[in-house]
Amino acid sequence: MSTVPAPRRRTFRRWFATLGWRHVIGIVVTAYAAFPLLYVLSASLDPSGTLAGSSRLFATIDLSNYRELFTDPSRPYGKWFVNTLVVGGITAIGTVFLGALAAYAFSRMRFTGRRFGLMSLMLIQMFPQMLAVVAIFILMSTIGDVFPSLGIGTHAGLILVYLGGALGVNTYLMYGFFNTVPVSIDEAARLDGASHAQIFFGIILRLVTPILAVVGLLAFITATSEFVIASVFLTDPDQQTLSVGLFGYVSEQTSTNWTIFAAGAVLAAIPVMVVFLALQRYIVNGLVSGSVK
Amino acid sequence: MTLTDEPRTEGSGSPDQRPGRRGPWAWLSRPGETDGLVGILVKIVLLAVVDAFALYAVFLLAAQDEWLVLAIGVVLTVAVNVVYLRRDGLPAKYLAPGIVLLLVFQVFVMVYTGFIAFTNAGDGHLGSKDDAVAAISTKGQERVPDSPQYQLSVLERRGELAFLLTAPDGAVTVGSSDEPQEPTDDAETDGSGKAVGLDGYTSLSFEELLQRQDEILEVAVPVSDDPADGSLRTADGSSAYEYRSHLRYDAATDSVTDTTTGVVYRDEGDGAFVSADGDELVPGWQINVGFDNFRRAAETPQLRDSLVSVIAWTFVFATLSVVLCFGLGLFLATVFNVARMRGKKFYRVMLILPYAFPAFLSGLVWSGMLNAEFGFINQVLLGGADIEWLTDPWLARFSVLFVNLWLGFPYMFLVCTGALQSIPDEMSEAARMDGASPWKAFRAVKLPLLLVSVAPLLITTFAYNFNNFNVIYMLTRGGPRFEDTANDVGATDLLITMVYKVAFGTGTGRDYGLASALAIIIFVVIGVISALLFRRTKALEDIH
Repeated sequence: MSTVPAPRRRTFRRWFATLGWRHVIGIVVTAYAAFPLLYVLSASLDPSGTLAGSSRLFATIDLSNYRELFTDPSRPYGKWFVNTLVVGGITAIGTVFLGALAAYAFSRMRFTGRRFGLMSLMLIQMFPQMLAVVAIFILMSTIGDVFPSLGIGTHAGLILVYLGGALGVNTYLMYGFFNTVPVSIDEAARLDGASHAQIFFGIILRLVTPILAVVGLLAFITATSEFVIASVFLTDPDQQTLSVGLFGYVSEQTSTNWTIFAAGAVLAAIPVMVVFLALQRYIVNGLVSGSVK
Repeated sequence: MTLTDEPRTEGSGSPDQRPGRRGPWAWLSRPGETDGLVGILVKIVLLAVVDAFALYAVFLLAAQDEWLVLAIGVVLTVAVNVVYLRRDGLPAKYLAPGIVLLLVFQVFVMVYTGFIAFTNAGDGHLGSKDDAVAAISTKGQERVPDSPQYQLSVLERRGELAFLLTAPDGAVTVGSSDEPQEPTDDAETDGSGKAVGLDGYTSLSFEELLQRQDEILEVAVPVSDDPADGSLRTADGSSAYEYRSHLRYDAATDSVTDTTTGVVYRDEGDGAFVSADGDELVPGWQINVGFDNFRRAAETPQLRDSLVSVIAWTFVFATLSVVLCFGLGLFLATVFNVARMRGKKFYRVMLILPYAFPAFLSGLVWSGMLNAEFGFINQVLLGGADIEWLTDPWLARFSVLFVNLWLGFPYMFLVCTGALQSIPDEMSEAARMDGASPWKAFRAVKLPLLLVSVAPLLITTFAYNFNNFNVIYMLTRGGPRFEDTANDVGATDLLITMVYKVAFGTGTGRDYGLASALAIIIFVVIGVISALLFRRTKALEDIH
């Protein structure tokens, strides 16, 4: 009897020295990474409404915050959600389309200025659009005087501005992926009499669907999280996106609106996180190969 | 990925067409043709839509005297047409849509930012001098005591209201808020000689007058092209009087006189009319101020001190963010980079969670958790402590870095994992055989290889954090504020949040000129970083 525990302890010690301590770190880091998310979830289910009351995790489970979220006419969460989907969705589709057109040209055609074009795109994308927010504001105010449907306060104008950044890093990601599609496929189709447009829309776009999905998702996330330009553009609560609207929720009275904000945050985050985790393998590959050579 | 991939094909070179063996697309195109019939139709329709829109835009712009925008629009439209109607130049057809948007909303606005930095643009300094004179002349308008009474009929054309006026001497004029009154001969008159209708306009009925009375009270028809002459307005919808501002602009002396107080306001070249005691009339107008904004930033002591500390903090924040995120990410990547460890997948998903959570929400959530009075950290984790995580300058800086570490380490973890797995194990094993300790083997063999492959990423991460607006603004909004300055600047402000607050902040007036000047500083810094990055990638290309 007395001999049995000794070897077991020795194996535990050895296990701990090689692998066990790694699990300890894993658990600590998991807590660090996941805790704030658990906390929001718990706060969103707390009926007290206040920041102070939300400190007891999962003390009560109540959906009243979610109900309240959709009943406050001065903070139309439902409209924000739809606006976000519209702005993010159209921006994502536009970004994918414009980026794919450019990536096709860079990947399949050889022309003067090709290398210069690629270099310029890489350089320009270092300067985020929000640096020029003042100029964008004045430009769009001027445009709005002539075309009210594109000016400040419109989704169309905001989407146009976002599409100004459609090339750049996205084109790079797609360009790399397009290069992995063998050229012999294009050539075969061309021999069959297909035009360049038919090859692009009919063949290439289907073969590169994974990268289109990744770029679309990244563009969607970027557009929906964008705050600087959106906050300058969208001053009418009915027009705002989630980032601008939810910021207003918290910035006025942190402590009293807190649990309703948490409910809004959970609803806003869940779709993005589900899609992100489902596509994470592609996204991570895309990010790593897009930035590391 | 490099920029030096070998050419794969000649895009526009037409390969030999073999007759007799034509595929499923053959019915769409004749042999030797590059576009299919459907393609040509789509192209023509799209181009027609673009041109129609451009033509419409040209008319509107011409009507509003926006000649610069008009010229840019015409050049772009012509360029687009040339690109798509030409037979050759296939690449341009694929690149044009994205590049047009890129040029307007990314390149042009950058250049325009540079332009604004040299002006006094901001609250009360947006339009031209003429706009300012017109705005001042319509301000505080009062009825001219001895004004003649005009008989009035309210007309409408395309939804806009116009006044048809009959002067006491029988002269008939027409005008609207946008167009000064002009004599007209062909008005219909009623028995009393009052003009009641005009070709091309519809007269408003009495009911319509009542319905739109608020709109009608707003109409002010300029008496003449000179805004100083005042305007014609109505109080009842049937008679109009001359109204004039007590501020009178005199073009000869280029000054504005307040007729009630007698004070004279002059244009001293500062973009506004200023009185002898320094009172400014609002609005002013936009003028070129040269390097004034930069000089103001460098010479006003309060502004300079806060700007210096903001720039220093921006560099510290960006550097520490990269170092901390990379350090933790690399550490975790090495910890979990063991083939026979179980649960790796679980940890991996858990560690990605902060990265998948929308970034703007993370800052807001943490701001609640770190709240000094009610936040979870103080209340529960620290048992009711009263630590001012977000309101003490140094603790706020610490908190911002801590939250940004939470946001940023998952990405570095993923990247380092990928990079570590691409380095063969034999290399460190060889080092170990030679008697190196595991740590030394890692430092001497794996780390340098890893750094080579992630160095460009570290630089882009630095550039990203340099402008990490969301985490700062959502967490602290740049606060706590510095106490010794009137500007809304605080201890955790980055340059980009400062730009935003100077331009669109609510506390002090909007100052677009100064904000753009600050943005120029960021341009310069990023330019230097990009130059380094390019050098770096060039060097790497030479290695491989």
